[in-house]
Parts: sequence; structure tokens; C-alpha cells
Amino acid sequence: MNAKAEAAVQPDILKEWTGKGLAYAANPDHDLYRQVTQFLYREARFQDAHDYDEWEALWTDDGVYWVPANGTDTDPEQQMSLIYDNRSRIALRIRQLKTGRRHSQTPPSQLARIIGNVELLHSNGPDIGVACNSQIFETNLRGDTMWAARCVYQLRRVQDELKMAYKKVVLVNNNKPIYTISFLI
Amino acid sequence: METNHRKQWDDLIQPGMVHGSLYHDEMIFKEEVEKIWFRTWVYVGHESEVPNKNDFVTKSIGPMPVLMVRNRRGDIDLLLNRCPHRGNAVCVQEKGNRTSFTCPYHSWTFSNDGTLMNYAFPEGYNGADKSKLGLSKVPRVAIYRGFVFASMALDGPTLGEHLGGAVRTLDQACDNSPTGELNLSAGFLRHRTRANWKFILENECDGYHPAFVHSSIFSVSDSAIGSLYGADAVAVTRSFGNGHTEVDPRPEFRRRNEPMSWFGTTAEKLPDYVAQMNSTYGEQRARQIMIDGMPHVMIFPNLFIAEIQIFVIQPVSATESIQHVTAIQFKDSPEINRRLRQQTMGSVGPAGFLLADDTEMYERNQRGLEIRSPEYLYLKRGEHRERRDEDGLLVGHSTDDLPSREIWKHYRSLMEAH
Repeated sequence: MNAKAEAAVQPDILKEWTGKGLAYAANPDHDLYRQVTQFLYREARFQDAHDYDEWEALWTDDGVYWVPANGTDTDPEQQMSLIYDNRSRIALRIRQLKTGRRHSQTPPSQLARIIGNVELLHSNGPDIGVACNSQIFETNLRGDTMWAARCVYQLRRVQDELKMAYKKVVLVNNNKPIYTISFLI
Repeated sequence: METNHRKQWDDLIQPGMVHGSLYHDEMIFKEEVEKIWFRTWVYVGHESEVPNKNDFVTKSIGPMPVLMVRNRRGDIDLLLNRCPHRGNAVCVQEKGNRTSFTCPYHSWTFSNDGTLMNYAFPEGYNGADKSKLGLSKVPRVAIYRGFVFASMALDGPTLGEHLGGAVRTLDQACDNSPTGELNLSAGFLRHRTRANWKFILENECDGYHPAFVHSSIFSVSDSAIGSLYGADAVAVTRSFGNGHTEVDPRPEFRRRNEPMSWFGTTAEKLPDYVAQMNSTYGEQRARQIMIDGMPHVMIFPNLFIAEIQIFVIQPVSATESIQHVTAIQFKDSPEINRRLRQQTMGSVGPAGFLLADDTEMYERNQRGLEIRSPEYLYLKRGEHRERRDEDGLLVGHSTDDLPSREIWKHYRSLMEAH
């Protein structure tokens, strides 16, 4: 391939890693921003502490939990994802963890995660779009593992409380071989 | 210990007993790469991953990457991604479509059949023979119903001889597709595992573990897998020779006599698929295919067809492996394909309800072998009840160690060869 054609390939590769550009809110509401960050920190704490019921209760009835593989904006209806759970499969995931016989979580991973770079997204509908990064330290029987992800949420106010209607977790190394990830990411 | 024991395969591999060092000795691993991965037939990829001319995708043979290319004539080539000049990679993309590959170091350019087309500043080479400076190709490539196998050995048994009776399982898989063709292009999950590849290989047809390793998911879902692997199960394990083994649940499904029961569903829930099947095969044959379902077969050394998904086992080192897994799709059957994908995504990969726990077992096994005693693993379950089926193939109960014993028998024959 000549140099010109080669150059034409490059932007696609970049898009695979970074995804479609997100539309960030121009003038974020500071009170809303505070509520959203508090929600994200609480969610992170439930995950780190394996508070499964509390975490599950954060979901709306139509929640979708998506962890793509091999890129950022893949089509989960056509391509393989690490996790692509509808609400009933989220419930199944939690029921399995709660048996105490989910061997890859027995003993559970010891976790601490940092949520950062929180930005509100431009929104046309009632849901609140949020983008953030997540960095997670895991230690378990195998050893220590670092995980890093770019996340996108759609949060919704249900009876005055924020709930998750959609959570997408893009592991930055989701195109590489990765170790078992059976804690709540 | 390692050098003393290394050549004594009859000591390391005894009937129903294998030495722990076989799973962690790096010298043994190096020898496996030469005598198994770079000699016997290994599964590389599927034609549906490169549907168009000039498509390519990075696959592997053992620890070594290979480019699977559909070249400009439409034929499948397996190219080694190493510039003959200084060894640089001529392609760092995972997949794509291109007619040629240019090495970024000194701009040598190769056609996608491996031929060296030109190099920069050619006067410096004084007419060197370009035909001797192409990309290396995997010497033997053979395709069976879309499954691309390769051997790094210049000669040896044919793919047909290697597969032997196990070819029935590939036919069985393809016959479940109304077009007779599979599609494996949904993308692979890559599950990294700190364990020797043979723990994965042996687990695939081990029907003893599901009741315990997977009890968590069986107890909270309506999965019907559990009943195939109980003490009362009528499913059997079978050895095809050459290290190929299967769990054959057809006796159980034929007892149930319900189409699509193998998939945990009914014909009524998949009307489009059933209509397609009837139209292709006729109602009687279609009904039998849909009762028998998909195979559960481990084609030695690296292709595992687990009913609705395929795994490709890749060894990285004595203590590190990768499981590549994707959903099987039936060409032009969107109705069932969505369910095949959804069920696969739930079950397998690093976050899967099943495979996260299997993989946890591999890693614990691996660490266990650092403990020095006992020296041997014990694989004698069901030795007393092995029997021959009507085709003369060795079969056992679905929970027996027969697959492991047969894998090791073949392994030993490969490792003893010079």
C-alpha cells in the first residue's frame, strides 16, 4: 500500500480506540454535577465492597449493562461483548455472585477504584448522560491486576432518586487478552 | 530433575498418571512447540473471518502470530508477519483489507500472497532474486467446510488422516446450519489465563467438573446442562484417536426426543429457523438434526466446539495461555443467531457465568503444581468401564477421565517422535 492510502487507514484505527465523539454539556449545572458525582462514588463503593443488592437496586427496570470487546463503538447486537446484560441478566449475575459458589469470586476480589474525569453530556431527553474514567486495582488469588476504563452512563430520576438506565464500560485494553473479570466492573 | 526426566516420556506419562512437570516445565513447553504446535495440524481460523478478497486477520499457530489472508485471487494464504530483511512486522493491524503489506522500516512491499513486489532504492541490491525474498508461508493449509487448519511440517499425515472419525463432529456442526455453513465473524473474546494450555485442553471434555464448578449458575438459572453430567447421565465421552475427544450427549437428547431441547428451548420458539431447516433437509432429517444438536468436541490440540461457541486454545508459555472464543453463527439465520450470541456472551469469556470459574480452576491447578508432592496427577476415573462403541471407538461415562487419558496417549506419541 502506498503512503497516501496508508494514511487514510489511520483515522479508523484511532476511532476504534476513542469511539465516536461524545457531546459534552456546554454549561453543566453545578448542583446536578454534584449529585451525579455522589451517585458515581456510591456506585463505586457498592462495587468495591461487593454490596450486591445495593448495587442492583441502582438499576432502572430497563437497565442495560454493556462491556464491549474489540473497540469502543462496536455493535452489541452483532458482535461479541464481554458483558451485554439486560435487566434480567443483571439480576442473574447478582444471583450467581450471591450463591457463594461463584469460584472466581470466592474469595472475592479485593478492590479499590478511583472515578475521575467526570463530565456531563449534552442531553435532549430526560436521561442524564455522564462520561467518566475508572481505574481499578484488583488483588485476588492470582495476584494484582490494574484495570482502566472509559465509562458512559445514562442516569434517570426515578421518584426523586438517580438510577442507572445504561452503563457502558470500555476497558482500554478490551482488544487484548485479559484475565478473568468476574467482580462488578 | 528436568533434564534427567525430560526424555523419559514413558516415565512422565503412565496409564492414568501424568507427571506434574508436564504442566510447568519450560523445557517441555519448548519441545511441545516444536513437536506439536509446529508439526501437527492445528486449527487457525475460519473462512468467514476473511469473506472478501484482500481481507486479512491476525491468527496464531501456537505462540506464533500468522496472518490469515484471502489473497487477490481469492485463495486463503497463511503468511508469517516477519519482513525477510530485518524481521520487522509488515502489518500491525489486527484485521483489515489490503492488497499489499509494506514494512515500515525500509519500505519493502509484499503482495498479499507474500510475494516481494519491490524494495526501496533497488539499485543497491544489484539484481537480487526477489522470488527468494518473499514473506514465509505456512507450508500446508487445508480447509474443511470453512475450518482452516495448518501444519508447519512440510509433510506428514493429511488433514483427513489427522481428523479421522472426528470429522463427523464438524459435519454435525455445519448440518445444524440451514445453509450448511457457519459464520465465525462476530469477533473473539480473548481470555488470558495463568495456566498451562493442557489444563484447558483436558477440561473441555471433562464431564466430572460441571456439577461442582458450575453449581452456582445451575442453581440460579434454568440451565439444563447439569443433567448431562450427573452420576445417572446417559451422555458418553468418546475418543476418536489422535487426541480428539468428545462428550456426546445425543443419547440423552434422543431419549428426550424433542427438537431444540439441546439448546434449552423448543421448535415453537424458533419458527424461522425450523422452517429453514425443514426446507433444506426435509422434515425427517431436519428433526433428527435438531434433536441431536451441536457437538461438544475437542479437536486436538486447539479447536474446541462447545455446542454454540468455538474456543481456540493458544499456548503462550508453560504457565500462560489464551482462550479465544466466539459465538457460532449459522449463515443467514438471524433469528437463532441472536440467541446463540446472547447465550455465548453470558456463558464465556473473562466475565462469563461459566468460563470465569473454569479459568479460576485452571489457575488454581497451576499453582497447586508448585507443591512438590504427590508428583503425579491421577486420571484413572472410569478406567474399569471403558468400552468400544459400534464403530470401535473408545467410550466411557460422561464423568470419566477417558478424554484425558486419550489426550495423553496421543501427546506421548507426538513427544516421543524424533
